[in-house]
Amino acid sequence: MIGRAAFRVLWIVVLMFLVLPILIVVVLSFSSASYLTFPPPGLGIRWYRAYLGSGEWLASTWLSLGVAGCVVVLSTILGTLASLGLARLPPAMRTIMGALILSPLIVPGIVVAIGIYYVFARYRLVGTPAGLVLAHTCLAVPFVVTSVSASLAGLDRRLEQAALSLGATPWGAFRQVTLPLIRPGVLVGALFAFITSFDELIVALFLSGSGAITLPRRMWDDLRFAIDPTIAAVSTLTIALSAMLLLGAHLVRRHQASEPGGTV
Amino acid sequence: MATVAIAPVRLPRVSWQRIGPILLVLPLALYMLAFYLVPLASMLLRSLAEPSWTLDNYRRLAADSVFLEVFWTTLRTACVVTLGTILLGYPVALALSRLRRGAATMVLIVVLLPFWTSVLVRSYAWMVLLGRHGVINELLIGVGLIGAPLRLLNTSFAVHIAMIHILLPYMILPIASVLRQIDGALPRAAAGLGAPPWRVFLHVVLPLSLPGVAAGSLLVFVLSLGFYITPALVGGPRDLMLSMLIAQQVDLLNWPYAACLSAALLAVTLLLIAAFQRLPGMRDLLRTATR
Repeated sequence: MIGRAAFRVLWIVVLMFLVLPILIVVVLSFSSASYLTFPPPGLGIRWYRAYLGSGEWLASTWLSLGVAGCVVVLSTILGTLASLGLARLPPAMRTIMGALILSPLIVPGIVVAIGIYYVFARYRLVGTPAGLVLAHTCLAVPFVVTSVSASLAGLDRRLEQAALSLGATPWGAFRQVTLPLIRPGVLVGALFAFITSFDELIVALFLSGSGAITLPRRMWDDLRFAIDPTIAAVSTLTIALSAMLLLGAHLVRRHQASEPGGTV
Repeated sequence: MATVAIAPVRLPRVSWQRIGPILLVLPLALYMLAFYLVPLASMLLRSLAEPSWTLDNYRRLAADSVFLEVFWTTLRTACVVTLGTILLGYPVALALSRLRRGAATMVLIVVLLPFWTSVLVRSYAWMVLLGRHGVINELLIGVGLIGAPLRLLNTSFAVHIAMIHILLPYMILPIASVLRQIDGALPRAAAGLGAPPWRVFLHVVLPLSLPGVAAGSLLVFVLSLGFYITPALVGGPRDLMLSMLIAQQVDLLNWPYAACLSAALLAVTLLLIAAFQRLPGMRDLLRTATR
């Protein structure tokens, strides 16, 4: 009995360890003080005003949103096509291609970043949104491929064969049978591609230059001078965005599970 | 099969079925080649091609005291963080595997939300907590436990605790996934034969869950090796990790040395993955993470 109670205390404490630091940032972002202090002397939204009143912060926000949006389009199209092909490749080829596509998850971020920087600098892609989009897509694609592949694994291939034998063209069978069935996987992959690009910092440290300063890059630059509460406000907004996208992914999955014929 | 009569017309279809998948993978393969693999390879080649084709740079690396010290710090940090995440992560994984569906979902959300909060924001949270006038110091002074603020930020301790915080989900998810697959009859049988709960855990559940611990450890260790943002923000001057040394060298435009260091970091990472890739839970982790 004592053991069970101790066990419960233990894991609840660890869960608090996971969440409390993030919650404290959220609380501090609503502080009325002009510097970081805990507990806050009063509540207010002055740091959100400071954020919204700063052209620099807003410009970086729009840039990050735009880059992430382009990354979603590019990585979802490339990743979904590749997942469809991967599932039908001979095993040896599938292993090699899978390793290449998933490797950005394992290769240290700094190595990827300086490699890309090394070559992009020559083609004047440093300091341009295009450079960031091209680089972030490599990092986002693994999430799309994993998510779509998981959907495809739960797919009954006979449905597609039935469509083909009933006279559908391969494109028609894909559009009218396969795509609707894997759409949740594609959507979830797209959401994670968005978060990956929106939160990415290490590549941005090298590729942002002075012309394309993303939101994480601006936070990083500010943190080097002072831990200003504006960053707490920006952090809270990004946490809220992540939470919303996570919730969106969860709802997509649940909706799919409740649909007839929807597995995974 | 009634269409056998038009088999000659279908013949090209057969080869199309072989080429089709390749054509689907090709755009991404070419994309990764152009914007990922070739850049990486050409950067790494700088370590061999300067001043002329030679291994000198690597020979110098082996005798370079700065590199050896940084490498040691990196390995030590990765070990401490791996141990820390096992100790803190195992109980949560166990709880996650035992709770009823609704409660388990709640715990999973608590684990996954930090997982999808950016590393930068979580490192910033630790700066706020550990700073000289940070939350922990203010609280301790307020309670009267200490008279003057402790130096918590910019220490190895800060690096360890922040990295454990950030990497904890990578340990919890593989362990929980293995724990869930354990046949419930086994611990029940042990208990039925008279083993007290702690013995059931120690002799049945724990040994069966070790593959998950191993998979989580591999993941946490490998990711720790390449950590950059967190040690750069919360670490002190003595916590220089391999990634930070690489970034420094790039800033100095010392590409051959940076490429050498990158090759070393990449080699250690890939060797570890290759040696332990058969561990279960790696794929499960990705599946859970994108859920």
